[in-house]
Amino acid sequence: MGTDPAVVPGKQWEVAAVPQPRREKLTGWGRTAPSVAQVVRPRTREQIAEAVAGAGPRGVVARGLGRSYGDPAQNAGGLVLDLTGMNRILGVDLDQGTVEVEPGVSLQQLMQAMLPFGYFVPVTPGTRYVTVGGAIGCDIHGKSHHADGSFAQHVLELDLLLADGSVRTLTPETEPELFWATAGGMGLTGVIVRAKLRMMRVETSRIQVETQRVANLDDAMERMTLTDADYRFSVASLDNLATGPSLGRGWVESGNFATLDQLPEKLRGNPLAFSPKPLAAMPDVFPSGLLNRRTIRLMNEANFRRAPKDARPHLATIGGFFHPLDAIHDWNRVYGAAGFLQYQFVVPFAAASTLRRIVERVAVQGAPSFVTVLKRFGPASPGYLSFPADGWTLTYDFPTGTPGLAGLLRWMDAQVLEAGGRLYLAKDSRLDAGDLAAMYPRLEAFRKVRAEADPHGVFVSDQSRRLGL
Amino acid sequence: MKDSLGSVQSLLVLGGGSDIALATARRLAQDKTKRIILAGRPSERMEAGADLLRGLGAEVRVVEFDALEFAGHDDTLAPLFAEGDIDVVLLAFGVLGDQAADERDPMAAAKVAQTNYVGAVTSSLVVAEALKKQGHGALVVLSSVAAERGRKDNFIYGSSKAGLDTFAQGLGDALQGTGVHVMVVRPGFVESKMTAGRPKSPMSTTPEAVAEGIVDGLRRDADLIWVPAQLRYVFSGLRHLPRPAFRKVVEKQA
Repeated sequence: MGTDPAVVPGKQWEVAAVPQPRREKLTGWGRTAPSVAQVVRPRTREQIAEAVAGAGPRGVVARGLGRSYGDPAQNAGGLVLDLTGMNRILGVDLDQGTVEVEPGVSLQQLMQAMLPFGYFVPVTPGTRYVTVGGAIGCDIHGKSHHADGSFAQHVLELDLLLADGSVRTLTPETEPELFWATAGGMGLTGVIVRAKLRMMRVETSRIQVETQRVANLDDAMERMTLTDADYRFSVASLDNLATGPSLGRGWVESGNFATLDQLPEKLRGNPLAFSPKPLAAMPDVFPSGLLNRRTIRLMNEANFRRAPKDARPHLATIGGFFHPLDAIHDWNRVYGAAGFLQYQFVVPFAAASTLRRIVERVAVQGAPSFVTVLKRFGPASPGYLSFPADGWTLTYDFPTGTPGLAGLLRWMDAQVLEAGGRLYLAKDSRLDAGDLAAMYPRLEAFRKVRAEADPHGVFVSDQSRRLGL
Repeated sequence: MKDSLGSVQSLLVLGGGSDIALATARRLAQDKTKRIILAGRPSERMEAGADLLRGLGAEVRVVEFDALEFAGHDDTLAPLFAEGDIDVVLLAFGVLGDQAADERDPMAAAKVAQTNYVGAVTSSLVVAEALKKQGHGALVVLSSVAAERGRKDNFIYGSSKAGLDTFAQGLGDALQGTGVHVMVVRPGFVESKMTAGRPKSPMSTTPEAVAEGIVDGLRRDADLIWVPAQLRYVFSGLRHLPRPAFRKVVEKQA
């Protein structure tokens, strides 16, 4: 008798079976345009390979925590890999400040694991509930883009499972083309099964923040332009309904991670404390029209009044500064069943007049936006379809039921296009395929690399079908 | 794919020569629908409609389709889905017939019933299966207010639409959870080639108004729409009228 475990008598050997797919209706975070797919939740890369091999004619796409606003993690009639079960931290190098993770590890999980050692995630968006796989696939950015670039610029290495089931290890140095087609590639080159990231060193888990009220858009832009270099994190929130001399009024928040000696005595005992629990859950009871011009105007007014007139330094927590909406679980429910969409664009710094024109038209038309955020980007990421590029980026949050919204957004598309700007694919849910090609000049190069990696088009999503990616 | 604002990219029309169908296709093409297949019996009207849609920037294909060729529906329609997803299928074919003449000619009456009901059943089932495989999409079925209650001047047509209406409602329920949505459209009297020369009814409507109703219903994922919308309330009353009273209302209207 040999050593084959299968023939050892009296011993049960467990073979992890591929979990059965379940038919599910999926939407993005905006809760619009649902479609139905078979969803399977693999726990190993072998199970992923098996699922990809059996994907069928409608193909497969990976999904994380579903925080993309539109449809990139849906695959109507096909297969969706829910990778939230692939959430192990595989290794940590505290000297180098690097960490190796499975794709379903969330940024919250990474913060919890690494903050005690003085490391923070290299880039965080407005929510901690995104996975590393999604963060790379969308090449996300945060309030520190001007200082730190995008998420994928901190990825040292990744393992990509290709359509043929093979796994290739990619680094920006050894395989730049496939690496940068995957970073920002919306999951269409393969499935990321492992990533090695460079983390950010921090002394404390608090952020030294200055908040200043700004009277209008010019004021906001001037302040951000002057102070960007002093702060790692900066962002402006605008009252999108204010018009006339108050057009674009709001407040600018700028900050840096606090050093140990900036902490008050009582916090120094546990300078890296982090307690990331949602405070409440949003019930699913809201009518679709609750957030309208009137209610948003009231909220905008209240928020503006609350912001201090003069820059006043204060200490904020990670949750409070980066992820205020994470405090409420399922906050997207407040938009009701009709859902909402995010519209985020970037235009070059030289196109500030376009930015102003857009802010003005939205305000005059009175399209309510729950969150309106302005920020300055630094230099572009090398990703073929990465969104950030030198310039101003503005994000709106529109309920889909807003009257006249389709026409307004199409006008905005044209403005952005004319200024040489683009829209963010992680948030897109309605862009025209033709406009996309004009916004992303490296789209053809992306398609070429993708066609080599996945010649039979196994990796597809509702978004890739809609946009002809 | 349907986008977050409910706009669709591709449309298949069964009964591509119908006024309501062409009005709907035009309305959609002015929005984001750029791939359109018109299926129907070859006609100049359908070709002209196709050219008009091309003028709006749509890529249009014309396909031969006969509602009465039940056995061929699978072969004709199923392959159309292989060329790319179809977001909306509009089932718009139908014949009004000539009530008085058809009462004297049972075979002519059978043709009305076969076109409006049997042909719709076979083609809807083929389309529903294809949409189900896609995991998304809408089937819009043109019914009629005539489906609501039988009346002496159009009960052959009306009963065929009543059969179709009931079929489409049940199909919609059967497709719950598949990502496919069925919408029944009940227009009132529509001024079109089908009704040319007939006296107008009160609350009559136009193909353009029906098109507008369909586009709006698609955005809302409505199960049932009436055009004009007030007909919903009129019929919620008429539906429960005792027969003699209903007959009187119909008499007065005629």
